[in-house]
Amino acid sequence: MSADGATAIAGPRWLLAELTYACPLQCPYCSNPLDYATHGEELGTEDWRRVLREARALGALQLGLSGGEPLVRPDLDALVREARTLGYYSNLITSGYGLDDARVAALREAGLDHIQISFQAPGQELNDRIAGTRTWAHKVDMARAVKRHGFPMVLCFVIYRDNIAQIGEMLALAETLEADYVELATVQYYGWAARNRARLLPTLEQVREAETAVQAWRAARSGSATKVYFVVPDYYEKRPKPCMNGWGSVFLTVTPDGLALPCHAARQLPGLAFPDLRTSSVHEAWYASDAFNRFRGRDWMREPCRSCPEQEQDFGGCRCQAYLYTGDPANTDPVCEHSPLRGRIDAAIAEAAATPREFPLLFRNARNSRRGAAASGSGAGVTPA
Amino acid sequence: MSPIPIDAHVRLAPALRLQWEAAQECHVLLYPEGMVQLNPSAAAILELCDGLHTFRDIVGTLAARFPEAGDLSDDVAEFIDVASHRGWVRVR
Repeated sequence: MSADGATAIAGPRWLLAELTYACPLQCPYCSNPLDYATHGEELGTEDWRRVLREARALGALQLGLSGGEPLVRPDLDALVREARTLGYYSNLITSGYGLDDARVAALREAGLDHIQISFQAPGQELNDRIAGTRTWAHKVDMARAVKRHGFPMVLCFVIYRDNIAQIGEMLALAETLEADYVELATVQYYGWAARNRARLLPTLEQVREAETAVQAWRAARSGSATKVYFVVPDYYEKRPKPCMNGWGSVFLTVTPDGLALPCHAARQLPGLAFPDLRTSSVHEAWYASDAFNRFRGRDWMREPCRSCPEQEQDFGGCRCQAYLYTGDPANTDPVCEHSPLRGRIDAAIAEAAATPREFPLLFRNARNSRRGAAASGSGAGVTPA
Repeated sequence: MSPIPIDAHVRLAPALRLQWEAAQECHVLLYPEGMVQLNPSAAAILELCDGLHTFRDIVGTLAARFPEAGDLSDDVAEFIDVASHRGWVRVR
């Protein structure tokens, strides 16, 4: 499909509203940009209402309310109410920090559909150490409150080297807390996670053991009301992930300061002027902006993607990963075994395997963000050739 | 032979929402972080899965609405069985 006719482009289905970059947690695998603390003022309530309205008019239906920590926004209830009126299915993606029983009840009343609570680990010590805050006990309490108020609940365990051996404990905790779904969400190496990749990436052996643990749990608990999703890190695959189901295809992210992005990691990509929704409509951004059209369809593809029969299945993979590893987002995702630069992924795997647990993590906080931005900009990948 | 008791009540699972989407020109079933597009017959059945209608009511209502379709009970039972396994509906 060529991107030159607006009539050929379908509207977005997913809107990820990153309401704020502020977050009391300091997870070193955060997907927010490294230089988040240097970005501009947050969109106000009326701008967010307009963005919700305009995206809904184009067909957006699933709404992720995310951040940062979205509960930091005092207008969250008002935005949830607006989303419900517009007909979104709204998902709150939270650490649980800032939630209490009354707030859960208020969000229910405002029309929120679902709450996802993220855990750093299935136990207090590692959870609180990685979060950089003492949040464990409160998360467990809030998971109970979410269910008590009748919400469907997803528990999201972010998986990295230190906790990948604890899959059994994660699933047991999720079942105890009556989670409807558990996401075992392998770290995606963008933003802060890319900066800490060598310290966080599990080995292939660890990944295989984790897969075995998930299969064993499914076999033993086939009647469980808790459904499990586990996606292995793409570094250990031979084909790239169909990232965002294709650039500018279904997914729209709006950053706290109002940029429209085709995915939440795209902000770092060079040579793209992402539309500012303070001055541009969602319609203009989605259909007419150079940034959203740049990697739509397949006209932009180079070899080996250009002649590949699988180009409609994986869309060439991830533009951000191509940039981080090759210096050019128009290259094939180097995870693909057909990429001439696949060796760089293998080198990153080897680097991680050689990195000891004592190697320090860079925690996500405003001080590190400002310092990092001043030192190196927002790039965090392997140095381009 | 229907695997669903004729006086069983069927209702949409509480996490789900059924909604007409003009942009997609179909009904969709929404759940945490996902959705499925429904064909018209699936949507017609699910619209009646409100916990008030029994299986017998659902078949009867659909038969009245689509008289040319013949006996629908096996098709509806099969769909509800699949929907129940997918966690879309609860049968009680």
